[in-house]
Amino acid sequence: MAEKTTTTQSNTSTTTHQKTRISKTDIQQFLLRGRAFIALILVVIVFSLASPKFLTTENLIIMSKHVAINALLAIGMTFVILTGGIDLSVGSVVGLTAMIAGGLINEGIILPQLGVIVYPHTWMVMLISLLVGTVMGAVSGFVITRFNVAPFIATLGMLYVARGFAGLRNNGYTFPNLVGRPEFGNTGFEKLGAGDFLGINYSIWIMIIFALVAYFVTTRLPFGRHVYAIGGSERAAELSGVRIKVTKTIVYMISGFCSAMVGLIIASQLVAAHPATGETFELNAIAAVVLGGTSLAGGRGSIGGTLIGAFVIGVLGDGLVMLGVSSFWQKVIKGAVIVLAVIIDQAQARMQERIALQQQLEVLEADKEKLQSKEQV
Amino acid sequence: MAGSISVDMVNAPPSPLDITNDVVLRAENITKVFPGTLALNKVDFRVYRGKVNVLVGENGAGKSTLMKIMVGVEQPTHGRILLEGKEIHLHSPLDAARYGIGIIYQELNLCPNLSVSDNIFLAREVVKRGAVDKKLQHQQTAELVRRLGHQIDPDAIVGDLRIGQQQIVEIAKAIAQNMRILIMDEPTSALSAAEVEVLFKVIRELKAAGVSIVYISHKLEELLQIGDYITVLRDGRKIAEESVGNVDVPWIIERMVGRSPAALFTRQEHDIGEVLLRVEDLTLPRSSGGYVLDHISFELRKGEILGIYGLMGAGRSDLLECLAGVKTPASGHIWLMGKEINTGTVAERIASGFILIPEDRKGQGLVPTLSVEHNMLLASLKRYLARYFLSKRREREAAVSMVKDLSIRVANVQQPITSLSGGNQQKVVVAKGLLTLPKVLLLDEPTRGIDVGAKSEIFEIVNRLAKQGYGIIFVSSELKEILAMSDRILVMSKGRITGEFNRAEATEEKLVTASAIGHAVSSGGNNNGRKNHDNSK
Repeated sequence: MAEKTTTTQSNTSTTTHQKTRISKTDIQQFLLRGRAFIALILVVIVFSLASPKFLTTENLIIMSKHVAINALLAIGMTFVILTGGIDLSVGSVVGLTAMIAGGLINEGIILPQLGVIVYPHTWMVMLISLLVGTVMGAVSGFVITRFNVAPFIATLGMLYVARGFAGLRNNGYTFPNLVGRPEFGNTGFEKLGAGDFLGINYSIWIMIIFALVAYFVTTRLPFGRHVYAIGGSERAAELSGVRIKVTKTIVYMISGFCSAMVGLIIASQLVAAHPATGETFELNAIAAVVLGGTSLAGGRGSIGGTLIGAFVIGVLGDGLVMLGVSSFWQKVIKGAVIVLAVIIDQAQARMQERIALQQQLEVLEADKEKLQSKEQV
Repeated sequence: MAGSISVDMVNAPPSPLDITNDVVLRAENITKVFPGTLALNKVDFRVYRGKVNVLVGENGAGKSTLMKIMVGVEQPTHGRILLEGKEIHLHSPLDAARYGIGIIYQELNLCPNLSVSDNIFLAREVVKRGAVDKKLQHQQTAELVRRLGHQIDPDAIVGDLRIGQQQIVEIAKAIAQNMRILIMDEPTSALSAAEVEVLFKVIRELKAAGVSIVYISHKLEELLQIGDYITVLRDGRKIAEESVGNVDVPWIIERMVGRSPAALFTRQEHDIGEVLLRVEDLTLPRSSGGYVLDHISFELRKGEILGIYGLMGAGRSDLLECLAGVKTPASGHIWLMGKEINTGTVAERIASGFILIPEDRKGQGLVPTLSVEHNMLLASLKRYLARYFLSKRREREAAVSMVKDLSIRVANVQQPITSLSGGNQQKVVVAKGLLTLPKVLLLDEPTRGIDVGAKSEIFEIVNRLAKQGYGIIFVSSELKEILAMSDRILVMSKGRITGEFNRAEATEEKLVTASAIGHAVSSGGNNNGRKNHDNSK
């Protein structure tokens, strides 16, 4: 009898405890989850106080334009990192696709058997470049899944190979003046970089569209769920019927596609294609992804986080330039911010674990007592 | 400061054993919570000076956790450790070693790429003039190994030794550190009878030298032979502590097992229908020669629970994996509902109606980073599509109905999967399987590592599924479980089916006898090798 009363008492106390706890935990979790966003707002506030020109529409658009480049790469990179992989080749693929597009516009496609040169339409140029980027991704993916090469190595190889091809395309020279010629019907390439819609540059629109599509793919498509599952436990995903090799390959293709898009945007903005375009871009992209809370081990992270991460890096960079901070100090600050973000990430994980354990302890003890009293009855 | 308080605690004798004997180490009121499980619940464990203190309990009783706490690998959620009456805080095995507490792990913690002497002196290298004194290390190693009755070359690479020898190296490594408390976790699991005798001789020498030993083993006769005091754990609680002189094997078993999960479960009769699955001549060769699966043929009927019993490495898991498409057999035929299944990948097998509930729940059954819901739906996502997108509503409906059907205890389906207890995690894996609308369920040790209550619930679920007409293949190494559950039992040994018994005729003896067919008695080295292979899976 006495046993029974204690059980009911402890039960009720657990439920009330839980209720109050959950709300407290919710706030803590909200603050921790939104920390990247909070950091972004803080950065914006600091810079707008320091420089009156910072928070103008004009400056915000310019900054977004800069961010768009890195954000696009980071979106592709997020897919790869979610599976637990890494893509070091994105910068080189940017350079290669820029050279491909530049070559197609300035030199066209030479068909030696027919002795003619075909100048593809600008749309066609862009399509071919995107295709090339995607194929480069597919090659990386194939090497990784088929020959079991570590993603770091496979894409490091692709980093060199793609950069090499970018140089080979025009013997290391730039393709200048990519405006096309009306008589060849291939004009208008520069509009991609310079044109705008509703006063906002196309590159920003492209970033928004890519981010939205990526958001839906990661959250609402079976493919997205598979990406998360592979990053969490490849073996469990495989035994659940997920096609590991196909999914992983597609992920690298997405990254290649995003890189090609960036290659096109940069070539168009500069109205020229240089073989060194995009060098070290991969590191900025990885930094944005990590800053956005995606775990390099895979399985955790989000497109939204990546976007915020890209903005934090971009705004930090542009803001420091506006304040006249030396480029060397900029690098020091950027590096410190990235590492700090990951340190906070780890602290958050530990804290959540502690909270969960405390809750679990109460629930379990109540359960055990219940079981015991049942046994005695 | 802390010492003055704790001395009182030790001096106040909680049991008569304390009066006559001297406690060197005491784990006091230890509670340890892991996500989803209460591994230890207010456990008191005393280590008596110069004695062999035996710790027993079933798998999951909390022995390893307690041991890990005593050597600083894990920290207790509540409770404290007292050494000579003084509270100590152990944050790592290094801390413990500093206090003179050493351990011989069950899973060997040796560097396979280093030599025997390098392993024994790892991180405690003998240094002469700034360089490692290889000669002295070699000499001391040879001495140690000889003391353990072995002749292992100190320069041999550990990876090249057989498991039994590796275990001797592990033991030598611990002894070399001159610990005053030595914890041995199943030290004899890979040793032959003669090697065990030598180990016992060494243990007696250590005792005489005043070393206190904590001895963990499943081999009960062995415990009675070497132990001085025995502590029994069950479900994270201390059940009993006694002097070994006062106990016998039945006493230990009674306290270890408590209630049997199979006894709690009442089997419901179910109709057995037409042939669902026919397997013929399934063969899977072993890369090192011989067969993993040696021409396996059998049938499974609708609504039938087919138990498969066998020792580790008998090929049970491999058989399930061949059916699930994880492994590709070299030859053989599989017919499901009269149609031959040729396609190979796991995804295709799931589509044709096979689903594997893998043995390693954490590593293969679940994605730890996903929620309960997302884990549950992972294998059947196509069913929740509304055009191109996953429909949140359909997903939620499926998950919630499964939670209800299998009475999975969760606060909500978005909870992280790791916060559930083992039993509830297993139900999620079963739910994931059922949502693929399978015809044949392949259950590989579905009750491993979950508590007694959850076990009987799993039994009831399996029983109900059979009643609904699923064909179920149920692999288990627990005799009582398999006898209680199965309509028919196949026994495997060395990749062959060595026995088939109806429910009525099956007994523990018959199953054990059949499972030993083909095992030569004196092939110690070979057996160890295979056992290791199976563990590493």
